[in-house]
Amino acid sequence: MLRTEQLTLRIADRTLCDRLEADFNAGENWVILGANGSGKTTLLHALAGLRQPEAGRVMLDHTPLRDMPSRRRALRLGVLFQDFESAFPATVIETVLTGRHPHLQRWQWESVEDYSVAEAALEATGLAGFAQRPLTTLSGGERRRVEIAALLAQNAPLCLLDEPTNHLDLHHQVRILELLAARAARPGHVNIFVLHDINLAARFGTHGILLFDHGECLHGPMSDVLTRPNLERLYHCRLREIHADGGRWYLPD
Amino acid sequence: MNRRLLIALFLLAAAPLSLWYALSQGSVNIGAAELWRALLGHRDNATAYLVIHELRLPRVLSAFAVGGMLALSGALLQVLLRNPLADPYVLGVSGGAAVAVLLSMLAGLGAGWLQANAFVGALFSMFIVFGLSRAGAAWTQNRLLLTGVVVAAGWGAVISLILSVTPASQIHGMLFWLIGDLSTATQPVAGIIILLTGLAVAWWLARPLNLLMRGENIASILGENPARLRSVVYLLASLLTAMAVTLAGSIGFVGLVIPHILRLVGGSDHRFLLPTSVLLGGGFLTVADTLARSWAAPAQLPVGVLTALLGVPVFLFLLVRAR
Repeated sequence: MLRTEQLTLRIADRTLCDRLEADFNAGENWVILGANGSGKTTLLHALAGLRQPEAGRVMLDHTPLRDMPSRRRALRLGVLFQDFESAFPATVIETVLTGRHPHLQRWQWESVEDYSVAEAALEATGLAGFAQRPLTTLSGGERRRVEIAALLAQNAPLCLLDEPTNHLDLHHQVRILELLAARAARPGHVNIFVLHDINLAARFGTHGILLFDHGECLHGPMSDVLTRPNLERLYHCRLREIHADGGRWYLPD
Repeated sequence: MNRRLLIALFLLAAAPLSLWYALSQGSVNIGAAELWRALLGHRDNATAYLVIHELRLPRVLSAFAVGGMLALSGALLQVLLRNPLADPYVLGVSGGAAVAVLLSMLAGLGAGWLQANAFVGALFSMFIVFGLSRAGAAWTQNRLLLTGVVVAAGWGAVISLILSVTPASQIHGMLFWLIGDLSTATQPVAGIIILLTGLAVAWWLARPLNLLMRGENIASILGENPARLRSVVYLLASLLTAMAVTLAGSIGFVGLVIPHILRLVGGSDHRFLLPTSVLLGGGFLTVADTLARSWAAPAQLPVGVLTALLGVPVFLFLLVRAR
Protein backbone atom coordinates (compact mmCIF):
# COMPACT_ATOMS: atom_id res chain seq x y z
CA MET A 1 0.00 0.00 0.00
CA LEU A 2 2.81 2.39 0.99
CA ARG A 3 6.26 1.76 -0.48
CA THR A 4 9.61 3.45 -0.20
CA GLU A 5 11.95 3.28 -3.19
CA GLN A 6 15.63 4.03 -2.53
CA LEU A 7 14.49 6.49 0.14
CA THR A 8 17.41 8.53 1.43
CA LEU A 9 17.07 11.19 4.14
CA ARG A 10 19.78 13.55 5.32
CA ILE A 11 19.91 16.38 7.82
CA ALA A 12 22.91 18.64 7.27
CA ASP A 13 25.64 16.09 6.45
CA ARG A 14 24.15 13.31 8.57
CA THR A 15 22.47 10.45 6.77
CA LEU A 16 19.39 9.24 8.65
CA CYS A 17 18.42 6.46 6.33
CA ASP A 18 20.15 5.29 3.21
CA ARG A 19 18.29 3.84 0.22
CA LEU A 20 15.50 2.35 2.31
CA GLU A 21 13.31 -0.14 0.42
CA ALA A 22 10.29 -1.05 2.50
CA ASP A 23 6.77 -2.25 1.77
CA PHE A 24 4.00 -1.40 4.17
CA ASN A 25 1.12 -3.74 3.45
CA ALA A 26 -2.46 -3.86 4.65
CA GLY A 27 -2.96 -5.58 7.98
CA GLU A 28 0.47 -4.67 9.33
CA ASN A 29 1.42 -2.59 12.36
CA TRP A 30 4.89 -1.11 11.84
CA VAL A 31 6.99 0.39 14.59
CA ILE A 32 9.92 2.74 13.98
CA LEU A 33 12.50 2.46 16.76
CA GLY A 34 15.66 4.44 17.35
CA ALA A 35 17.61 6.57 19.81
CA ASN A 36 16.90 10.28 20.28
CA GLY A 37 17.81 12.20 17.16
CA SER A 38 18.08 9.09 15.01
CA GLY A 39 15.50 10.48 12.56
CA LYS A 40 12.29 8.67 13.50
CA THR A 41 10.10 11.75 13.13
CA THR A 42 11.92 12.84 9.96
CA LEU A 43 11.27 9.42 8.43
CA LEU A 44 7.62 9.59 9.47
CA HIS A 45 7.22 13.04 7.90
CA ALA A 46 8.86 11.81 4.69
CA LEU A 47 6.46 8.84 4.61
CA ALA A 48 3.58 11.31 5.00
CA GLY A 49 4.84 13.47 2.13
CA LEU A 50 5.54 16.47 4.38
CA ARG A 51 9.26 16.39 3.67
CA GLN A 52 10.99 15.91 0.35
CA PRO A 53 13.55 13.08 0.57
CA GLU A 54 17.13 13.79 -0.51
CA ALA A 55 16.83 10.85 -2.90
CA GLY A 56 14.29 8.19 -3.76
CA ARG A 57 10.57 8.43 -3.35
CA VAL A 58 7.50 7.29 -1.47
CA MET A 59 4.69 5.55 -3.35
CA LEU A 60 1.10 5.43 -2.10
CA ASP A 61 -1.24 3.08 -3.97
CA HIS A 62 1.36 2.88 -6.80
CA THR A 63 1.34 6.68 -7.25
CA PRO A 64 4.30 8.84 -6.20
CA LEU A 65 3.10 10.59 -3.04
CA ARG A 66 4.29 14.00 -4.22
CA ASP A 67 2.14 13.76 -7.37
CA MET A 68 -1.01 12.84 -5.51
CA PRO A 69 -3.64 15.61 -5.17
CA SER A 70 -3.57 16.71 -1.54
CA ARG A 71 -7.22 16.08 -0.86
CA ARG A 72 -7.07 12.54 -2.25
CA ARG A 73 -4.02 11.93 -0.10
CA ALA A 74 -5.87 13.29 2.94
CA LEU A 75 -8.60 10.70 2.42
CA ARG A 76 -5.99 7.90 2.41
CA LEU A 77 -3.40 9.02 4.94
CA GLY A 78 -3.59 10.60 8.40
CA VAL A 79 -0.86 11.68 10.81
CA LEU A 80 -0.70 12.10 14.57
CA PHE A 81 2.00 14.66 15.29
CA GLN A 82 4.27 14.70 18.30
CA ASP A 83 3.22 18.11 19.53
CA PHE A 84 0.29 20.46 19.07
CA GLU A 85 -0.46 24.15 19.04
CA SER A 86 -3.22 26.11 20.66
CA ALA A 87 -2.99 29.87 20.42
CA PHE A 88 -6.75 30.34 20.28
CA PRO A 89 -9.64 28.87 22.24
CA ALA A 90 -11.38 25.85 20.74
CA THR A 91 -13.62 23.13 22.09
CA VAL A 92 -12.94 19.40 21.98
CA ILE A 93 -15.67 18.69 19.41
CA GLU A 94 -14.47 21.50 17.10
CA THR A 95 -10.97 20.09 17.15
CA VAL A 96 -12.12 16.54 16.44
CA LEU A 97 -14.41 17.75 13.64
CA THR A 98 -11.43 19.28 11.80
CA GLY A 99 -10.53 15.65 11.00
CA ARG A 100 -13.61 15.57 8.75
CA HIS A 101 -12.19 18.36 6.55
CA PRO A 102 -11.15 16.18 3.59
CA HIS A 103 -14.59 14.56 3.54
CA LEU A 104 -16.39 17.90 3.11
CA GLN A 105 -16.85 20.06 0.04
CA ARG A 106 -15.65 23.65 0.26
CA TRP A 107 -18.93 25.28 1.27
CA GLN A 108 -20.32 22.25 3.07
CA TRP A 109 -20.88 22.28 6.82
CA GLU A 110 -20.49 19.24 9.03
CA SER A 111 -23.55 17.00 8.78
CA VAL A 112 -25.22 14.94 11.48
CA GLU A 113 -23.15 12.04 10.20
CA ASP A 114 -19.87 13.95 10.67
CA TYR A 115 -20.92 14.75 14.23
CA SER A 116 -21.69 11.11 14.94
CA VAL A 117 -18.27 10.07 13.54
CA ALA A 118 -16.62 12.65 15.80
CA GLU A 119 -18.63 11.57 18.83
CA ALA A 120 -17.78 7.92 18.17
CA ALA A 121 -14.09 8.89 18.05
CA LEU A 122 -14.44 10.66 21.41
CA GLU A 123 -16.21 7.62 22.85
CA ALA A 124 -13.43 5.32 21.57
CA THR A 125 -10.69 7.43 23.14
CA GLY A 126 -12.47 7.61 26.49
CA LEU A 127 -13.56 11.22 26.07
CA ALA A 128 -17.33 10.81 25.98
CA GLY A 129 -18.87 13.84 27.66
CA PHE A 130 -15.88 16.06 26.86
CA ALA A 131 -17.33 17.42 23.59
CA GLN A 132 -18.08 20.95 24.74
CA ARG A 133 -15.01 21.35 27.00
CA PRO A 134 -12.48 24.02 25.98
CA LEU A 135 -9.10 22.45 25.17
CA THR A 136 -7.42 24.66 27.77
CA THR A 137 -9.24 22.85 30.58
CA LEU A 138 -7.83 19.42 29.62
CA SER A 139 -4.83 17.63 31.05
CA GLY A 140 -1.88 16.68 28.82
CA GLY A 141 -3.09 13.10 28.43
CA GLU A 142 -6.65 14.16 27.65
CA ARG A 143 -5.34 16.69 25.12
CA ARG A 144 -3.32 13.90 23.49
CA ARG A 145 -6.43 11.75 23.21
CA VAL A 146 -8.30 14.64 21.54
CA GLU A 147 -5.62 14.65 18.83
CA ILE A 148 -6.01 10.87 18.46
CA ALA A 149 -9.79 11.26 18.24
CA ALA A 150 -9.33 13.85 15.47
CA LEU A 151 -7.16 11.34 13.60
CA LEU A 152 -9.82 8.65 14.06
CA ALA A 153 -12.47 11.05 12.75
CA GLN A 154 -10.40 11.55 9.61
CA ASN A 155 -10.91 7.81 9.08
CA ALA A 156 -7.86 7.33 6.85
CA PRO A 157 -6.84 3.72 6.18
CA LEU A 158 -3.14 4.56 6.56
CA CYS A 159 -2.19 6.14 9.88
CA LEU A 160 1.25 7.45 10.81
CA LEU A 161 1.54 8.06 14.54
CA ASP A 162 4.42 9.89 16.19
CA GLU A 163 4.66 8.68 19.79
CA PRO A 164 0.92 8.22 20.32
CA THR A 165 1.50 7.21 23.95
CA ASN A 166 3.09 10.56 24.90
CA HIS A 167 1.49 11.97 28.07
CA LEU A 168 -0.74 8.89 28.48
CA ASP A 169 -0.93 6.92 31.72
CA LEU A 170 -0.24 3.15 31.66
CA HIS A 171 -3.88 2.19 31.30
CA HIS A 172 -4.45 4.55 28.39
CA GLN A 173 -1.16 3.63 26.69
CA VAL A 174 -2.37 0.07 26.36
CA ARG A 175 -6.00 0.95 25.58
CA ILE A 176 -5.10 3.46 22.86
CA LEU A 177 -2.53 1.15 21.25
CA GLU A 178 -5.04 -1.72 21.32
CA LEU A 179 -7.59 0.53 19.65
CA LEU A 180 -5.19 1.75 16.98
CA ALA A 181 -3.54 -1.60 16.30
CA ALA A 182 -6.96 -3.24 15.91
CA ARG A 183 -7.70 -0.85 13.03
CA ALA A 184 -5.00 -2.60 10.98
CA ALA A 185 -7.21 -5.70 11.01
CA ARG A 186 -9.80 -3.86 8.90
CA PRO A 187 -9.44 -4.48 5.17
CA GLY A 188 -6.84 -2.22 3.56
CA HIS A 189 -5.63 -0.59 6.79
CA VAL A 190 -2.05 -0.20 8.00
CA ASN A 191 -0.39 1.72 10.86
CA ILE A 192 3.13 3.05 11.24
CA PHE A 193 4.07 4.02 14.80
CA VAL A 194 7.02 5.78 16.29
CA LEU A 195 7.45 4.35 19.80
CA HIS A 196 10.03 4.59 22.56
CA ASP A 197 8.79 1.65 24.59
CA ILE A 198 10.36 -1.57 23.27
CA ASN A 199 7.89 -3.74 25.14
CA LEU A 200 4.86 -1.96 23.70
CA ALA A 201 6.51 -2.22 20.27
CA ALA A 202 6.96 -5.96 20.75
CA ARG A 203 3.37 -6.36 21.93
CA PHE A 204 1.57 -4.36 19.24
CA GLY A 205 3.96 -4.29 16.29
CA THR A 206 4.03 -6.87 13.53
CA HIS A 207 6.99 -5.26 11.75
CA GLY A 208 9.80 -2.95 12.80
CA ILE A 209 12.24 -0.43 11.39
CA LEU A 210 15.38 0.14 13.46
CA LEU A 211 17.25 3.36 12.73
CA PHE A 212 20.92 2.92 13.67
CA ASP A 213 23.59 5.59 13.42
CA HIS A 214 25.15 6.49 10.06
CA GLY A 215 22.04 5.82 7.99
CA GLU A 216 22.00 2.10 8.54
CA CYS A 217 18.52 0.78 9.03
CA LEU A 218 17.09 -2.63 9.53
CA HIS A 219 13.52 -3.58 8.78
CA GLY A 220 11.43 -6.71 8.73
CA PRO A 221 9.03 -8.79 10.81
CA MET A 222 9.21 -7.83 14.47
CA SER A 223 10.42 -11.25 15.59
CA ASP A 224 13.43 -10.93 13.26
CA VAL A 225 14.53 -7.39 14.07
CA LEU A 226 13.66 -7.14 17.76
CA THR A 227 16.59 -9.02 19.28
CA ARG A 228 18.71 -8.11 22.25
CA PRO A 229 21.93 -7.50 20.26
CA ASN A 230 20.07 -5.23 17.82
CA LEU A 231 18.43 -3.26 20.60
CA GLU A 232 21.67 -2.87 22.56
CA ARG A 233 23.32 -1.49 19.45
CA LEU A 234 20.30 0.74 18.77
CA TYR A 235 20.18 2.39 22.18
CA HIS A 236 23.90 2.15 23.10
CA CYS A 237 23.15 0.50 26.40
CA ARG A 238 23.01 -2.97 27.89
CA LEU A 239 19.61 -4.60 28.22
CA ARG A 240 18.24 -7.47 30.24
CA GLU A 241 15.98 -9.90 28.48
CA ILE A 242 13.32 -11.43 30.68
CA HIS A 243 11.24 -14.39 29.60
CA ALA A 244 7.85 -14.47 31.25
CA ASP A 245 4.29 -15.42 30.35
CA GLY A 246 5.50 -16.82 27.03
CA GLY A 247 6.97 -13.49 25.88
CA ARG A 248 10.24 -11.54 25.95
CA TRP A 249 10.60 -8.33 27.94
CA TYR A 250 13.48 -5.90 27.84
CA LEU A 251 14.71 -3.73 30.69
CA PRO A 252 17.72 -1.41 30.75
CA ASP A 253 20.49 -2.97 32.79
CA MET B 1 -23.86 26.16 17.46
CA ASN B 2 -27.20 27.74 18.36
CA ARG B 3 -25.50 30.36 20.46
CA ARG B 4 -23.34 31.36 17.51
CA LEU B 5 -26.37 31.58 15.26
CA LEU B 6 -28.08 33.81 17.81
CA ILE B 7 -25.05 36.10 18.04
CA ALA B 8 -24.78 36.28 14.25
CA LEU B 9 -28.50 37.08 13.87
CA PHE B 10 -28.28 39.68 16.61
CA LEU B 11 -25.36 41.39 14.87
CA LEU B 12 -27.11 41.15 11.53
CA ALA B 13 -30.02 43.09 13.04
CA ALA B 14 -27.80 45.49 15.00
CA ALA B 15 -25.72 46.59 11.99
CA PRO B 16 -28.60 48.39 10.17
CA LEU B 17 -29.67 49.90 13.50
CA SER B 18 -26.20 51.39 13.99
CA LEU B 19 -26.36 52.87 10.48
CA TRP B 20 -29.81 54.28 11.18
CA TYR B 21 -28.66 55.81 14.46
CA ALA B 22 -25.62 57.36 12.78
CA LEU B 23 -27.74 58.83 9.97
CA SER B 24 -30.20 60.38 12.40
CA GLN B 25 -27.55 62.23 14.43
CA GLY B 26 -26.06 65.59 13.48
CA SER B 27 -26.33 69.34 13.74
CA VAL B 28 -29.39 69.44 11.44
CA ASN B 29 -32.33 67.75 13.15
CA ILE B 30 -33.95 65.21 10.84
CA GLY B 31 -36.85 63.10 12.11
CA ALA B 32 -37.28 59.39 11.44
CA ALA B 33 -39.99 59.84 8.79
CA GLU B 34 -38.00 62.49 6.92
CA LEU B 35 -34.84 60.40 7.13
CA TRP B 36 -36.66 57.40 5.67
CA ARG B 37 -38.15 59.48 2.83
CA ALA B 38 -34.77 61.06 2.06
CA LEU B 39 -33.12 57.63 2.01
CA LEU B 40 -35.72 56.37 -0.46
CA GLY B 41 -34.83 59.27 -2.73
CA HIS B 42 -37.69 61.68 -2.12
CA ARG B 43 -36.53 65.26 -2.55
CA ASP B 44 -39.57 66.96 -1.00
CA ASN B 45 -37.39 68.09 1.94
CA ALA B 46 -34.40 69.45 0.04
CA THR B 47 -32.26 70.13 3.13
CA ALA B 48 -32.83 66.67 4.55
CA TYR B 49 -32.07 65.07 1.18
CA LEU B 50 -28.87 67.04 0.78
CA VAL B 51 -27.65 66.48 4.34
CA ILE B 52 -28.32 62.75 4.17
CA HIS B 53 -26.98 62.05 0.68
CA GLU B 54 -24.11 64.50 0.52
CA LEU B 55 -22.86 64.50 4.10
CA ARG B 56 -24.04 61.74 6.38
CA LEU B 57 -24.47 58.72 4.11
CA PRO B 58 -20.93 58.78 2.65
CA ARG B 59 -19.40 59.21 6.07
CA VAL B 60 -21.56 56.60 7.78
CA LEU B 61 -20.94 54.04 5.06
CA SER B 62 -17.22 54.83 5.17
CA ALA B 63 -17.22 54.29 8.92
CA PHE B 64 -18.96 50.93 8.57
CA ALA B 65 -16.65 49.80 5.76
CA VAL B 66 -13.50 50.87 7.62
CA GLY B 67 -14.60 49.21 10.86
CA GLY B 68 -15.48 46.01 9.00
CA MET B 69 -12.19 45.96 7.08
CA LEU B 70 -10.11 46.55 10.20
CA ALA B 71 -11.86 43.84 12.22
CA LEU B 72 -11.65 41.34 9.35
CA SER B 73 -8.00 42.15 8.75
CA GLY B 74 -7.25 41.78 12.45
CA ALA B 75 -8.96 38.39 12.65
CA LEU B 76 -7.03 37.18 9.58
CA LEU B 77 -3.65 38.41 10.81
CA GLN B 78 -4.17 36.87 14.24
CA VAL B 79 -4.65 33.41 12.76
CA LEU B 80 -1.96 33.95 10.10
CA LEU B 81 0.66 34.88 12.71
CA ARG B 82 -0.95 32.60 15.29
CA ASN B 83 -0.51 35.47 17.65
CA PRO B 84 -3.50 36.87 19.55
CA LEU B 85 -1.75 40.24 19.86
CA ALA B 86 -1.58 40.87 16.12
CA ASP B 87 -3.56 43.82 14.77
CA PRO B 88 -3.91 45.26 11.25
CA TYR B 89 -0.97 47.60 11.82
CA VAL B 90 1.50 45.14 13.29
CA LEU B 91 3.15 44.42 9.93
CA GLY B 92 3.78 48.05 9.00
CA VAL B 93 1.05 48.57 6.37
CA SER B 94 -0.29 51.65 8.14
CA GLY B 95 3.22 53.00 8.75
CA GLY B 96 3.92 53.03 5.02
CA ALA B 97 0.63 54.82 4.41
CA ALA B 98 1.30 57.30 7.19
CA VAL B 99 4.71 58.27 5.87
CA ALA B 100 3.27 58.79 2.38
CA VAL B 101 0.41 60.90 3.74
CA LEU B 102 2.56 63.05 6.03
CA LEU B 103 5.02 63.73 3.21
CA SER B 104 2.09 64.70 0.96
CA MET B 105 0.74 67.04 3.66
CA LEU B 106 4.17 68.56 4.08
CA ALA B 107 4.31 69.14 0.33
CA GLY B 108 0.87 70.76 0.51
CA LEU B 109 -0.94 68.27 -1.75
CA GLY B 110 -4.76 68.14 -1.83
CA ALA B 111 -7.05 65.58 -0.18
CA GLY B 112 -7.35 63.45 -3.34
CA TRP B 113 -3.58 63.06 -3.48
CA LEU B 114 -3.43 62.17 0.18
CA GLN B 115 -5.70 59.16 -0.31
CA ALA B 116 -3.96 57.98 -3.45
CA ASN B 117 -0.56 58.28 -1.79
CA ALA B 118 -1.79 56.56 1.37
CA PHE B 119 -2.84 53.56 -0.70
CA VAL B 120 0.43 53.49 -2.61
CA GLY B 121 2.42 53.79 0.63
CA ALA B 122 0.47 50.95 2.23
CA LEU B 123 0.97 48.65 -0.78
CA PHE B 124 4.66 49.55 -0.93
CA SER B 125 5.14 48.56 2.71
CA MET B 126 3.15 45.38 2.18
CA PHE B 127 5.37 44.23 -0.70
CA ILE B 128 8.57 45.11 1.13
CA VAL B 129 7.55 42.99 4.11
CA PHE B 130 6.26 40.15 1.93
CA GLY B 131 9.38 40.12 -0.22
CA LEU B 132 11.85 40.31 2.66
CA SER B 133 10.10 37.68 4.74
CA ARG B 134 10.18 35.21 1.84
CA ALA B 135 13.75 35.88 0.81
CA GLY B 136 16.30 33.28 1.80
CA ALA B 137 15.28 30.91 4.58
CA ALA B 138 11.95 29.17 5.04
CA TRP B 139 8.86 31.32 5.40
CA THR B 140 7.63 31.08 8.94
CA GLN B 141 5.08 33.18 10.75
CA ASN B 142 7.73 34.39 13.19
CA ARG B 143 9.92 35.58 10.35
CA LEU B 144 6.99 37.46 8.84
CA LEU B 145 6.09 38.93 12.22
CA LEU B 146 9.66 40.06 12.90
CA THR B 147 10.08 41.55 9.44
CA GLY B 148 6.77 43.39 9.76
CA VAL B 149 7.46 44.68 13.26
CA VAL B 150 10.91 45.94 12.29
CA VAL B 151 9.62 47.63 9.13
CA ALA B 152 6.82 49.20 11.20
CA ALA B 153 9.40 50.49 13.68
CA GLY B 154 11.31 52.00 10.76
CA TRP B 155 8.19 53.79 9.54
CA GLY B 156 7.58 54.98 13.10
CA ALA B 157 10.99 56.63 13.16
CA VAL B 158 10.35 58.34 9.82
CA ILE B 159 6.98 59.58 11.12
CA SER B 160 8.64 61.07 14.20
CA LEU B 161 11.26 62.68 12.00
CA ILE B 162 8.62 64.27 9.77
CA LEU B 163 6.64 65.51 12.77
CA SER B 164 9.74 67.07 14.31
CA VAL B 165 10.55 69.13 11.21
CA THR B 166 6.94 70.12 10.40
CA PRO B 167 5.79 73.72 11.12
CA ALA B 168 3.43 73.87 14.11
CA SER B 169 0.49 75.02 11.97
CA GLN B 170 0.42 71.71 10.09
CA ILE B 171 0.91 69.41 13.06
CA HIS B 172 -2.79 69.31 14.02
CA GLY B 173 -3.92 67.83 10.73
CA MET B 174 -1.14 65.27 10.83
CA LEU B 175 -2.00 64.17 14.36
CA PHE B 176 -5.68 63.74 13.43
CA TRP B 177 -4.65 61.53 10.54
CA LEU B 178 -2.34 59.47 12.74
CA ILE B 179 -4.98 58.97 15.44
CA GLY B 180 -7.58 58.07 12.82
CA ASP B 181 -10.32 60.34 11.60
CA LEU B 182 -13.26 59.88 9.25
CA SER B 183 -14.06 63.53 8.48
CA THR B 184 -12.35 63.33 5.08
CA ALA B 185 -13.92 59.98 4.17
CA THR B 186 -16.38 60.96 1.47
CA GLN B 187 -15.94 58.11 -1.04
CA PRO B 188 -17.14 54.89 0.56
CA VAL B 189 -17.75 52.89 -2.64
CA ALA B 190 -14.25 51.44 -3.08
CA GLY B 191 -14.12 50.54 0.61
CA ILE B 192 -17.45 48.74 0.48
CA ILE B 193 -16.44 46.80 -2.62
CA ILE B 194 -13.14 45.72 -1.07
CA LEU B 195 -14.86 44.82 2.20
CA LEU B 196 -17.47 42.62 0.52
CA THR B 197 -14.98 40.97 -1.84
CA GLY B 198 -12.56 40.46 1.04
CA LEU B 199 -15.24 38.90 3.21
CA ALA B 200 -16.25 36.53 0.42
CA VAL B 201 -12.65 35.39 -0.12
CA ALA B 202 -12.02 35.12 3.62
CA TRP B 203 -15.17 33.08 4.14
CA TRP B 204 -14.13 30.76 1.35
CA LEU B 205 -10.94 30.13 3.34
CA ALA B 206 -12.68 29.85 6.72
CA ARG B 207 -12.47 26.09 7.20
CA PRO B 208 -8.83 25.87 6.06
CA LEU B 209 -8.10 28.66 8.56
CA ASN B 210 -9.64 26.52 11.29
CA LEU B 211 -7.08 23.84 10.36
CA LEU B 212 -4.26 26.39 10.42
CA MET B 213 -5.10 27.06 14.08
CA ARG B 214 -4.03 23.47 14.80
CA GLY B 215 -0.72 24.03 12.99
CA GLU B 216 0.67 24.03 9.47
CA ASN B 217 1.50 20.32 9.37
CA ILE B 218 -2.06 19.39 10.31
CA ALA B 219 -3.47 21.72 7.65
CA SER B 220 -1.16 20.13 5.12
CA ILE B 221 -2.06 16.56 6.09
CA LEU B 222 -5.78 17.37 5.93
CA GLY B 223 -5.39 18.44 2.31
CA GLU B 224 -4.66 22.17 2.34
CA ASN B 225 -1.60 24.02 1.04
CA PRO B 226 -0.40 26.14 3.99
CA ALA B 227 2.11 28.14 1.95
CA ARG B 228 -0.52 29.27 -0.53
CA LEU B 229 -3.05 29.86 2.23
CA ARG B 230 -0.59 32.10 4.10
CA SER B 231 0.20 34.17 1.01
CA VAL B 232 -3.47 34.69 0.18
CA VAL B 233 -4.35 35.60 3.77
CA TYR B 234 -1.41 37.99 4.04
CA LEU B 235 -2.26 39.79 0.80
CA LEU B 236 -5.94 39.93 1.67
CA ALA B 237 -5.39 41.30 5.18
CA SER B 238 -2.87 43.86 3.91
CA LEU B 239 -5.20 45.03 1.16
CA LEU B 240 -8.06 45.46 3.64
CA THR B 241 -5.80 47.43 5.98
CA ALA B 242 -4.45 49.56 3.14
CA MET B 243 -7.98 50.51 2.08
CA ALA B 244 -9.08 51.23 5.65
CA VAL B 245 -6.02 53.38 6.33
CA THR B 246 -6.52 55.21 3.06
CA LEU B 247 -10.06 56.16 4.02
CA ALA B 248 -9.57 57.00 7.67
CA GLY B 249 -5.95 56.97 8.84
CA SER B 250 -4.82 54.48 11.45
CA ILE B 251 -7.79 53.98 13.73
CA GLY B 252 -6.57 51.79 16.54
CA PHE B 253 -8.18 49.15 18.68
CA VAL B 254 -10.97 47.90 16.35
CA GLY B 255 -8.79 45.37 14.53
CA LEU B 256 -7.20 44.04 17.69
CA VAL B 257 -10.17 43.72 19.96
CA ILE B 258 -13.31 43.06 17.91
CA PRO B 259 -12.16 39.53 16.91
CA HIS B 260 -11.23 38.79 20.52
CA ILE B 261 -14.62 39.89 21.82
CA LEU B 262 -16.24 37.50 19.35
CA ARG B 263 -13.86 34.66 20.25
CA LEU B 264 -14.75 35.18 23.91
CA VAL B 265 -18.49 34.90 23.30
CA GLY B 266 -18.61 32.49 20.36
CA GLY B 267 -15.34 30.58 19.95
CA SER B 268 -12.78 30.53 17.17
CA ASP B 269 -14.57 28.86 14.24
CA HIS B 270 -13.69 31.21 11.38
CA ARG B 271 -16.95 30.56 9.57
CA PHE B 272 -18.55 32.36 12.51
CA LEU B 273 -15.72 34.70 13.44
CA LEU B 274 -15.04 36.37 10.06
CA PRO B 275 -18.54 37.55 9.11
CA THR B 276 -19.43 38.56 12.67
CA SER B 277 -16.17 40.52 12.91
CA VAL B 278 -17.25 42.55 9.89
CA LEU B 279 -20.69 43.21 11.39
CA LEU B 280 -19.47 44.09 14.88
CA GLY B 281 -16.43 46.05 13.68
CA GLY B 282 -18.53 48.02 11.20
CA GLY B 283 -21.34 48.72 13.64
CA PHE B 284 -18.92 49.64 16.42
CA LEU B 285 -16.98 52.14 14.33
CA THR B 286 -20.20 53.63 12.94
CA VAL B 287 -21.48 54.34 16.45
CA ALA B 288 -18.08 55.54 17.69
CA ASP B 289 -17.76 57.94 14.76
CA THR B 290 -21.25 59.30 15.37
CA LEU B 291 -20.35 60.01 18.99
CA ALA B 292 -17.04 61.53 17.89
CA ARG B 293 -18.78 64.08 15.71
CA SER B 294 -21.75 64.81 18.01
CA TRP B 295 -20.38 64.71 21.58
CA ALA B 296 -18.33 67.88 21.47
CA ALA B 297 -20.15 69.44 18.49
CA PRO B 298 -19.39 71.66 16.69
CA ALA B 299 -15.86 70.46 17.47
CA GLN B 300 -15.05 66.97 16.13
CA LEU B 301 -13.00 64.44 18.04
CA PRO B 302 -10.80 62.01 16.13
CA VAL B 303 -12.68 58.70 16.17
CA GLY B 304 -9.48 56.79 16.97
CA VAL B 305 -9.60 58.24 20.47
CA LEU B 306 -13.20 57.17 21.02
CA THR B 307 -12.74 53.60 19.77
CA ALA B 308 -10.20 53.03 22.51
CA LEU B 309 -12.13 54.93 25.19
CA LEU B 310 -15.28 52.90 24.47
CA GLY B 311 -13.63 49.60 23.64
CA VAL B 312 -11.14 49.19 26.45
CA PRO B 313 -13.69 48.96 29.30
CA VAL B 314 -15.99 46.68 27.29
CA PHE B 315 -13.16 44.33 26.47
CA LEU B 316 -11.76 44.25 29.99
CA PHE B 317 -15.25 43.53 31.34
CA LEU B 318 -15.66 40.56 28.98
CA LEU B 319 -12.17 39.29 29.75
CA VAL B 320 -12.76 39.36 33.51
CA ARG B 321 -16.14 37.67 33.14
CA ALA B 322 -14.90 34.93 30.79
CA ARG B 323 -14.20 31.64 32.47
